[in-house]
Amino acid sequence: MIFFLTSFVVSVMAASTPLLLAATGELVAERSGVLNLGVEGMMLVGAVTGFIVGHYTDSAALGIVGATFGGAALSAVFAVLTLTLLSNQTAAGLALTIFGRGFSSLAGAAFVGIKGPVLPRLSIPGLSDLSFFGPTLFGQDALIYGSFIILAMVWWFLNRSHAGLILRAVGDSHDAAHAIGYSVTRIRFGATLFGGAMAGLAGGYMSLAYSPLWAENMTAGRGWIALALVVFATWRAGWLLVGAYLFGAIMYLSLYVQGLGVAIPSALISALPYIVTVVVLALIARDRRRIRLNQPACLGRSFAAGT
Amino acid sequence: MFEPIRLVPRGQPSPFWTYASPALAIVLTVIVSGVMFFAMGKSPGAAVYTFLVAPLVQAGGLSALAVKAAPLIMMGAGLALCYRASVWNIGCEGQFTLGAICAGGVALAWPDLPAPILYPAAMIAGVVGGAATAALSAWLRTSLNVNEILSSLMMTYVAQYLLIYLVTGPWRDPQGFGFPQTAMFSDSATTPILIPGSGVHLGCLFAPLAAIAVWALMSKSTLGFQLRVVGEAPRAARFAGFSEKRLIWVAMLVSGGLAGLAGMFEVTGPIGQLTPQISPGYGFTAVIVAFLGRLHPIGAIFAGLLLALSYLGGDAAQIDLGLPNAVTGIFQGVLLFLLLACDILILYRPRLARPSGANAGAAR
Repeated sequence: MIFFLTSFVVSVMAASTPLLLAATGELVAERSGVLNLGVEGMMLVGAVTGFIVGHYTDSAALGIVGATFGGAALSAVFAVLTLTLLSNQTAAGLALTIFGRGFSSLAGAAFVGIKGPVLPRLSIPGLSDLSFFGPTLFGQDALIYGSFIILAMVWWFLNRSHAGLILRAVGDSHDAAHAIGYSVTRIRFGATLFGGAMAGLAGGYMSLAYSPLWAENMTAGRGWIALALVVFATWRAGWLLVGAYLFGAIMYLSLYVQGLGVAIPSALISALPYIVTVVVLALIARDRRRIRLNQPACLGRSFAAGT
Repeated sequence: MFEPIRLVPRGQPSPFWTYASPALAIVLTVIVSGVMFFAMGKSPGAAVYTFLVAPLVQAGGLSALAVKAAPLIMMGAGLALCYRASVWNIGCEGQFTLGAICAGGVALAWPDLPAPILYPAAMIAGVVGGAATAALSAWLRTSLNVNEILSSLMMTYVAQYLLIYLVTGPWRDPQGFGFPQTAMFSDSATTPILIPGSGVHLGCLFAPLAAIAVWALMSKSTLGFQLRVVGEAPRAARFAGFSEKRLIWVAMLVSGGLAGLAGMFEVTGPIGQLTPQISPGYGFTAVIVAFLGRLHPIGAIFAGLLLALSYLGGDAAQIDLGLPNAVTGIFQGVLLFLLLACDILILYRPRLARPSGANAGAAR
């Protein structure tokens, strides 16, 4: 029983981490008023660049760095399109996902089925061998701890720091923020790049720790679920943790139940996380007042100075 | 990096750039593709020829183009209507799949019915399947305030897994040697070929007709007028008393129904059975078709043909150049990027920002 519980918690943590990383990045972008629907594409590009860098340097850590840059590079394209050239954010986000899919499968074509480096797990003699608490608390890879630290920092940044206040002001009223003298474009550019870097990191986690290998379209909709998580959390960092672990658990359970060989066909169980996403979104979004209260007022709206 | 060019508003949209922008974007995309091929160690000129010209000039090229374009045009026209109304249905892929499943179900259940009954029934099933999938998103949006982008996209994954379940489980062909596919549909459930000896089927005729019908709906009916007002001036629409909910329903049902019909034509025509892979991403490409076609159903016809060519080019690049056919996805993504970038010229006049003190101060 304790063995099962340990492996369950460890697996759920691994399944939740990419969701948490990507959603944390998207949260910051959305709080600044940028709706980047390209999370899925940025995750895929992050996954493939991470894997390729990791493969050639034989270092998972450098791979993770590469993944972060890959995601950020793609988000820079989005930022130029929507912030400099004032394109429609929905369309640009979709373009990012379509391009990301194509680019990642082209770049990764030669790497399918190859073993890459794997992000090492923490090993503290004594502590990591404890039953249950050893593997779950002291035996994870660095990014699982990193995801908590980044989330805590983002929470602090958004809710306690002056810079975070400015970022939220830009997201809630870009005209007012501009009138006070803040550069809306510059702040949103930064937030978008952070979102892209985090999505890339999430992708790198998939290809260097979770799977760990490269396969075409390996993120399988996690980028979209991360977007849904931000709505689920009603744009609050704390709830993001709850949401990411809830969905991580559902994703792991759908894999686990398939492994048990129960009578429910595996394809239908695989569909479960996506169905749950819709149901959960409906439960949250039904409360229009709560959504309106928490959603950044300028979410998805372009800002042109001097117009 | 942030404000290297200053954008001066034109005051009103430039009619010239509305149509010149896609042309410019296409030219730039071809150049970028050439650079991409060069980066992959191919001669850019020859590779671009293989990708974009050779598929057309070879025997049967035009009919292959028509077959690939049919689903893109049908879905692109529906999406044009949707997006004009600011209803962001991006789950066409799922609606396409559900349409195909429903049509396939009818075809498999009553294979011996005469064609005049079975074929129209399969068509209706396709439309209903696609429209029902879209209706779910419409209901979630209008009743429960759920963003239609996310709900329609999630349904795409659900539809794909449902298809896999059906073709590996209850609907699997018992004589299929264990392959995950259904039996071939009977002759009476097969889409008729219009030009003997080519692949051009009834759907290739339906696609432009559907686009024209959507255009008529948008430009000639009160409903179409309301749809456009809701999209362009939601406040005005509210003052005029247009029901936003009703228009969301209409937009979703039309685009979903067309996607379902496209799915029906695809599985009863070129494919002839249900398999786990019935679409190379037509539903997502249709989004590009809609934008490239200037959110105009007739424009979707031309845009659909171009993007169909990118699929043929991807296959040709795979066979003749040994490149992964993922180049199609890159071409499509770059095209949409550049189109969005060029579209800035419709509303703004670009001016180089002078690095002098006054301007730098203003930029900060």
